[in-house]
Amino acid sequence: MYKYDNYDQRIVDERVAQFREQTERYLAGELTEEQFLPLRLQNGLYVQRYAPMLRVAVPYGLMSSDQVRKLAHIARTYDKGYAHISTRTNVQFNWPELARVPDILEELASVQMHAIQTSGNCIRNTTTDQYAGVVDGELVDPRPYCEIIRQWSTFHPEFAFLPRKFKIAVNSHEDDDRAATLLHDVGIKIVRNKAGELGYAVYVGGGLGRTPIVASLVKPFLPEKHLLTYLDAILRVYNLNGRRDNKYKARIKILVKAMGVEAFAAKVDEEWQHLVDGPGTLTDEEINRIKGHFTPPTYEKLESENAELIAHLAENKAFANWYGRNVVKHKQPGYAIVTLTLKKLGTPPGDLTDKQLDVAADLADQYSFGEIRSTHEQNLVLADVKLSDLFDVWQKAKANGFATPNLGLLTDMICCPGGDFCALANAKSIPVAEALQEKFDDLDYLHDLGEIDLNISGCMNACGHHHIGHIGILGVDKKGEEFYQVSLGGSSSTDASVGKILGPSFARVDMPNVIEKILAVYVESRIEGERFIDTYRRVGHTPFKERVYAKSN
Amino acid sequence: MQNLINQNAILNDEWHLLDSADEASSLVNAIVSGDFALNNAEAVMAAKCGILLTPDAQLEDYKALLSAVPLVAIEFPAFADGRGYSLARLLKERYQFEGEIRAIGDVLIDQLFFMKRCGFDTYALKDGLSAEKALNYFQTFQDPYQMAYDKKDPLFRRKA
Ligand code: SF4
Repeated sequence: MYKYDNYDQRIVDERVAQFREQTERYLAGELTEEQFLPLRLQNGLYVQRYAPMLRVAVPYGLMSSDQVRKLAHIARTYDKGYAHISTRTNVQFNWPELARVPDILEELASVQMHAIQTSGNCIRNTTTDQYAGVVDGELVDPRPYCEIIRQWSTFHPEFAFLPRKFKIAVNSHEDDDRAATLLHDVGIKIVRNKAGELGYAVYVGGGLGRTPIVASLVKPFLPEKHLLTYLDAILRVYNLNGRRDNKYKARIKILVKAMGVEAFAAKVDEEWQHLVDGPGTLTDEEINRIKGHFTPPTYEKLESENAELIAHLAENKAFANWYGRNVVKHKQPGYAIVTLTLKKLGTPPGDLTDKQLDVAADLADQYSFGEIRSTHEQNLVLADVKLSDLFDVWQKAKANGFATPNLGLLTDMICCPGGDFCALANAKSIPVAEALQEKFDDLDYLHDLGEIDLNISGCMNACGHHHIGHIGILGVDKKGEEFYQVSLGGSSSTDASVGKILGPSFARVDMPNVIEKILAVYVESRIEGERFIDTYRRVGHTPFKERVYAKSN
Repeated sequence: MQNLINQNAILNDEWHLLDSADEASSLVNAIVSGDFALNNAEAVMAAKCGILLTPDAQLEDYKALLSAVPLVAIEFPAFADGRGYSLARLLKERYQFEGEIRAIGDVLIDQLFFMKRCGFDTYALKDGLSAEKALNYFQTFQDPYQMAYDKKDPLFRRKA
């Protein structure tokens, strides 16, 4: 993974000093609430319902075991003993004390971490495939490009006060998109042109929120070295022309729509003509320097099958269930990718304790070259586990509460913090997730249902990605009461689509039954091997709608 | 305007904003609105006025004026309106504007470092801020990653 050099470290250290001084001025009354707001936001610090919330950046979801141990230490020392993985693969603390945040940032800086630009109207953490570098079917490892973007976007002097937040994702997989790339302000797909040269297909204007929309292709092929000058051009066009009069119309997707994709692309190109081949152009040395930080670990030469594993799978059904669900094929023979799920009954999705963080760090050291990943589905990943170690890993993960074998299943939900923590919420989201986990706890039934993305957001801001869940749930406020709107047919994958609203919203107590009816229609209508989303696309909206809103007699 | 600084010192302000209502007054050392400048281009160029640009200004319209005026003031109606950063860079890097670029309006100290990087020369700080203190906020980061007006190369080229 990327290791800071002296320059990187100094920038992060300077940031700690800067924020310490800003916090002091705020506490001394020299900065108004309004003036401090964007400063603390650009440092990931929100003021939430009960206390500030600090969001720590995990660039493209990659952490070392030392970093994870530091997070455990922070959870223990400055918080109430737990942390939360967000849908941007960042880590959130819900109870830090404002005056101690500079100390937390200093602790983070000591392990090459920070909270820079995890919030505010600036360029946010770049995300990518959680299986980057270890999965079959990838063109190249996308992470060096994410790191290049991270450095370019960190304290970019021209783009610190954009009309609205700005999110970039990079995908390099030929037929999968685990990063929901097309639902970002800028989605970058790494491709080769006919001549075999590496470059990017650049999509602009995707996003969730109030106006969910899939991004449009503005540049079918951008050569590798032009990444940053082209991004500069996009951002400059957006910074100057994006709407600033209405925050719901301020994302770049609205600008692209208003101008039309072609006119927008032409404007970006015109701007880019002034920048292309200038000093912002990437050099081979720089690309290679960054790539040098992402070389594969020293794998052992192993068989692609392991007799011990096969024996355990035959003997132990629970292990086999977990293996079937939470373990994914690795491109290196004899290794596997393991997801540690954070979706256990009784725990809010994505939450984990300081102890679990420590255990995850230990597992990484012992079994996975000391690295851990966080995913936008709010789980953790050990990317390089030997097949012969899987049984041990499972036992330890199980003992520590992150081996629920539900990866990709209904109960592997995405859920935002909602009304329990978030000041913007219209409704709580965690209790809905809990009620569903409780109702659908029969693993055989869940496995029979197969892959279903169920996503929950507590308000239109869509942090829980409800639009792109196969089943989406959105908290709404009806005359001061919490209601929930259901949508069906969303997808974040290469076939990205935005879900369609089913009809009038429901009270919280009715939600488990509503979901049950939707699932029943699927089970009755599916043909062999069809996933929920496929059945929905085939049979359409109506049968679901009719069943859910049928008058009971 | 009080509280005027550049990145090294507190300055005396030689300029005054021309109220568009009293067009008759002298143009000497006056900063005129963009519209006034476009409508009275010759007089403005002859008198070497400054021009005040709002963040929605289309720089292309001012091309002819830019070669003749000594000062462009860019207004920040709110510090969170970041258009002025792009305008400043474009003025200096694309339009080769050689005069002074001044930030006016909601100009606070925590944005000075970014403004300097984008090509601003002087800063009319918002009322109530200490100009003396503000002078300490131009060096927040010693070696930032990006190229901008103040650094012609990005860090990866400067390092090499
Ligand atoms: S979706 Fe709304 S309620 Fe949920 S975390 Fe985001 S802003 Fe808060």
